[in-house]
Amino acid sequence: MTEIPIVSIVTFLPLLGAALLLCVDRRREAAIKHLAFGVSAVTFLVSLGLYGNFRLDVPGMQFSERVPWITWLGAEYHVGVDGISLLLVLLTTFLTAVAILSSYAAVTTAVKEYMVCVLLLETGMLGVFVALDLVLFYVFWEGMLIPMYFLIGIWGGPRRIYATIKFFLYTMAGGVLMLVGIIALYFLSGGGPGGEYTFDLLKLSALDLPFQVQAWLFLAFAVAFAIKVPMFPFHTWLPDAHVEAPTAGSVILAGVLLKMGTYGFLRFALPLFPDATRYFTPLFSWLAIIGILYGALVSMVQPDLKKLVAYSSVSHLGFVMLGIFALTAQGVAGAILQMINHGLSTGALFLLVGMLYERRHTRMIQDFGGLARIVPVFTAAFLIVTLSSIGLPGLNGFVGEFLILVGTFRVNVLYAVLATAGIILAAVYMLWMFQRVMFGPVTQEANRGLVDLTPREIAVLAPVLALIVWIGIYPQPFLRTTEASVAQLLARVQERKEMRATSHEPRATSREIRAASWARHASETGGEGRDGR
Amino acid sequence: MDGSLPQVSWGALLPFLLITGTGLLVLVLDPLMSPERRDRLPVLSLGGVVCAALALVWRLDQSDIVFGGMLAADGFALFFNLLFLLVAGLTLLISIAYIRRTGLEHGEYSALLLFSTLGMMIMASSLDLMTIFLGLETLSISLYILAGFLRDQIRSNEAALKYLLLGAFASGFVLYGIALVYGATGSINLTRVARALALGQVHDPTLLTIGMGLLIVGFGFKVAAVPFHMWAPDVYEGAPTSVTAFMIAGTKAAAFAALLRILMTALPALQPDWSRVLWVLAVATMTVGNVVALAQTNIKRMLAYSSIAHAGYVLVALVTGTKLGSGAILFYLLAYALMNLGAFAVVVAAARREDERLTIDDYAGMGLTRPALGAAMAVFMFSLAGVPPTAGFMGKLYVFSAAIQGNYLGLAIIGVANSVISAFYYLRITVVMYMVPGQDAPPADRLSPALVAAILIAVGGTLLLGLFPSGILDVALRSVASLLG
Repeated sequence: MTEIPIVSIVTFLPLLGAALLLCVDRRREAAIKHLAFGVSAVTFLVSLGLYGNFRLDVPGMQFSERVPWITWLGAEYHVGVDGISLLLVLLTTFLTAVAILSSYAAVTTAVKEYMVCVLLLETGMLGVFVALDLVLFYVFWEGMLIPMYFLIGIWGGPRRIYATIKFFLYTMAGGVLMLVGIIALYFLSGGGPGGEYTFDLLKLSALDLPFQVQAWLFLAFAVAFAIKVPMFPFHTWLPDAHVEAPTAGSVILAGVLLKMGTYGFLRFALPLFPDATRYFTPLFSWLAIIGILYGALVSMVQPDLKKLVAYSSVSHLGFVMLGIFALTAQGVAGAILQMINHGLSTGALFLLVGMLYERRHTRMIQDFGGLARIVPVFTAAFLIVTLSSIGLPGLNGFVGEFLILVGTFRVNVLYAVLATAGIILAAVYMLWMFQRVMFGPVTQEANRGLVDLTPREIAVLAPVLALIVWIGIYPQPFLRTTEASVAQLLARVQERKEMRATSHEPRATSREIRAASWARHASETGGEGRDGR
Repeated sequence: MDGSLPQVSWGALLPFLLITGTGLLVLVLDPLMSPERRDRLPVLSLGGVVCAALALVWRLDQSDIVFGGMLAADGFALFFNLLFLLVAGLTLLISIAYIRRTGLEHGEYSALLLFSTLGMMIMASSLDLMTIFLGLETLSISLYILAGFLRDQIRSNEAALKYLLLGAFASGFVLYGIALVYGATGSINLTRVARALALGQVHDPTLLTIGMGLLIVGFGFKVAAVPFHMWAPDVYEGAPTSVTAFMIAGTKAAAFAALLRILMTALPALQPDWSRVLWVLAVATMTVGNVVALAQTNIKRMLAYSSIAHAGYVLVALVTGTKLGSGAILFYLLAYALMNLGAFAVVVAAARREDERLTIDDYAGMGLTRPALGAAMAVFMFSLAGVPPTAGFMGKLYVFSAAIQGNYLGLAIIGVANSVISAFYYLRITVVMYMVPGQDAPPADRLSPALVAAILIAVGGTLLLGLFPSGILDVALRSVASLLG
């Protein structure tokens, strides 16, 4: 299955494109834009090949590639995709192409650097979704910060410097704790009898760690992911970053970057620390619910369109987290689908707000009103996206949210009821915003001269809208993709649960177990390291 | 002692002799050359450095102990000697541009640089406390002069004087420590000290402990560990930029090499003691260095405090006293040398004849007006901050791996928290370069090819070590094998 390293090709094509761009004279801006879009479009097409050859009945990793990397530590270049990551890879390649196309007119300064940054960012994001080695994953996870940092900082709004530094430091602070967790996990993996020092996710998932150790490591990973999601109370970087980022930056940030956090939970936190996951489920479910309600309430009072969309992300990602921590097939499948849905609908919202901003140079809701009669095509597109974001049946948002709620309801009725309140609130803030922007009398003269969508803008939006409708009407292909992998993930968590239930390990002694485990691996590794390799 | 001359292994000595010879040749040629041709002397010195490196590589797989157990030509010495020659070579490349602009075209400059490199090489190769001290003094005395080389600048004079006074003080500590270790164990040979300890033939354990403490203090001064760092920012700021780069990358590595050899070869039996002391030093050094660096507005001063903080990360690895820890130190010092020399090369490149342009605000807009230079500086800053995929990240990965392996989880957490603090001031440079519009600066001077070469080597090395660290880590781990005798 590994004749063509297709995962690597998809991951590094954008990097190659960035290198090509460096060779183009910076004054030939049109050529730079076309080249960047061409590279991202080709990447998307190649990633479709990934989908075409994907075998739905295989729950594990496909298209795996494994090359030794840091031999002494046993870190490998190990990549592959399964049903959980495949959709996110496709989302990434799709949205990056859309984002590049959308910034043809918006970006006027340092076009070359901008396109290089976007393409580097794409490689970083794809790397996060395909990496199966923890060091490799960490390299992509942190390395991806650099291009995003520049995107917000150079091409962003007035408070861009504050926003970008906040974004960087928040993410890095979470990241370094995860690094400590990764290294600790590494030494634990080799500490036991017959243990092997490894950073390989698949091998590490088979470890049976004492609960206390799992809990600490789970928290180290979870903080990093929760900041990225962002979960309440780690969300404060998000509105700043979203509002200041350029349109394409916001699209990628909301569409893909936030999913890295939720993906991290699914890919790493759950399979590595199943006992801790179950232990912390109430905490994370409640934080998710607080996020849903808090994000929705704060969205309601935002005067700024972009900020409103940003806070609505906090609310929507709360749904995703709730679905994941329901730990049921419907919940997790819904969460994955909702990640895609949120990427599409929020990405589209940011695109639309960006288009409005390019015309009027304001994003304040009060500066608009009555646009429906002036720009009917724009309004139609905006309406579809708004309804998708609310979760109207027939559009994509409904499917995801419904599955999450069903999955949650089976576990805890209270959670489901509270989350449903979030959906109602979403309808309130989105429709109210829509009403104030689109209907009523035209209050500002400047709005009368607004131009409707250009063909290029329609070309940007049309594929996104098509997907929104497609998933809403016929989500089966998407759900089928994730089915096998989700079942395997949950089976693993479940199996651990039963194993532990039968062994009746008393919780009180887990501290001693942990101490013993530390002492064991210290005595075996302390003086000499590993000479063997 | 039978009075007969020890066996001399000329092959092992060749690199030392080449450096010394080149230095002397430069001194002889200097008065014979017309002033406008003197800028060829650094090129000549560079040739000497390259030859010495080739001589080292030539004897790559031969390991022996020469001069009656005083010098070792082992893997450890080889790694560090190549590192010092790399530092010297890059410093000379930077210097070619720098001394032309500042009018420092005196032959002594290159000669002193070579002599201090020689001192470093002796320090890393010594198996004997006395030879270590000789190397330390050769290194330091050359640097006292180099630090004050900008004779008409009061800051440079201050730097030289401060460095001399505190350096002499530190040397005193080291010497006193050597004396006490000798008094306690009856030997200044590292392996014999270790044997005496292992056999319990220590006359007075208290004396030995005090001796070890004094050695740590003395070397603490040299690596600028908190609380012995007071001299560092002023000296690094006042000294000529190229010399600062050399001191930050080279001296520190040499002092760590000597300290590592003393602690791991001679005093492994006292590890619980020195680990506890170094734990405190490591935490203080990281934290003070990073926190004070936050407040700096001068780029040389900021890099000075950043170098203090980095000494703290190296100390973290030293605390563990393990093989992985020692290997991590070697890797880290190499990564650290590359990114710092690169950053200083950019500082030299950004300066003008009439204006050194050393405040951070002078870098406004540089990322977009001089894209290549800005990109290089960004690489160095992200590497110093420890963001992948750079050498700085891999260095930190190994250091913190060693700490966690050695059960110093708290130390590792303090370390990573520090690297988040440090990210803030490294980011500030990139913020200024890319996100603050620049003033209308006069057009930049053309960069000399030597400087471009230095920056390219540093960028290439930083990225290469970040992406494919495996080979160098293997070499580093093999090199430290000889320490653990």
